[in-house]
Amino acid sequence: MGATTLEMIESWPCPLPGGGTRDELALRLAAAVGLERGAQVLVIPALFDEANRMRRLSVEVMRRLSASGVGAVLPEIPGLGDSLADLTRQTPGDWRLAMLGAARHFGATHVLAIRGGALIAPDGLPGWRYAPVTGASQMRQMLRARIVAARELGVEEKQDSLMAQGREAGLELVGYRLGAEFVAEFPGLVVNADSPMRDIAPDLVPTPGLWLRAEPGENAAQADALAAVVMMGITAGDAA
Amino acid sequence: MQNETDAQLRQILTDVLGLKPGQADGFTADTGLFGHLPELDSMAVAGLLTEIEDRLDIVIDDEDVDGDLLESYGALLTFVTARRGG
Repeated sequence: MGATTLEMIESWPCPLPGGGTRDELALRLAAAVGLERGAQVLVIPALFDEANRMRRLSVEVMRRLSASGVGAVLPEIPGLGDSLADLTRQTPGDWRLAMLGAARHFGATHVLAIRGGALIAPDGLPGWRYAPVTGASQMRQMLRARIVAARELGVEEKQDSLMAQGREAGLELVGYRLGAEFVAEFPGLVVNADSPMRDIAPDLVPTPGLWLRAEPGENAAQADALAAVVMMGITAGDAA
Repeated sequence: MQNETDAQLRQILTDVLGLKPGQADGFTADTGLFGHLPELDSMAVAGLLTEIEDRLDIVIDDEDVDGDLLESYGALLTFVTARRGG
């Protein structure tokens, strides 16, 4: 990148369901000086372990936006990543409230939601969903990972009984300790069809998706494509 | 000689394992998978199975997912081929 970009970890006041706020962190990339277009993109990360595999791509997209004069911010989701919040107390509604709070705090004009991040995007802002996934699909994959790991230890588990147990008392899935309310609600999540956000057409971004990868990777062509979709949308006046 | 299912399965493994193009062509029936490839942990296996379901349009029951299924490339291909009715 030719332009110098400013990258900062900042704290932001994350709204809590009962009122009040708690500080969370976000990575913010300012628009390149002299090229500012006045647009600010809230990047909602992929959820759970997919966040690790998608983080580098997400930041690479943000760098391209920044260099093109568009600010971008990647907030932590309460209870995930570097957040100090207790994951067992989170609900999908809390996460949506958190992302709404981040959008307001950082003055987001657009949203780029990655994978499961699309499920908690704030209503009302225009933007894009990259490879959105349903809550049911993401949950099923995590259940399956737990079942595979348990079987290695000689323990037989089933999705139905794990879910029943999880709705009662919460459930630990691949290192994530989820509360009962979360387990009950998350599988029902789908993207909000009434939102002004749209899905990025799969043929616009080179494959294969990095969320498939067993280990985190990167792909400059994918970052280029995603940044181009966002820049074209902003230039075309999707914010209007 | 690769049939269509074989080719698709090699492509899925290429995508999941981040292999270079053509690298999966070297897989034989005896090539070990789960337990042999360190990057194939339980989460990656879950992702692999879901991707196989989506791309090959089959359903894999949890009961089918045991050590034998992913022991080798040949075992996985045999299972997937049977599920596709081939």
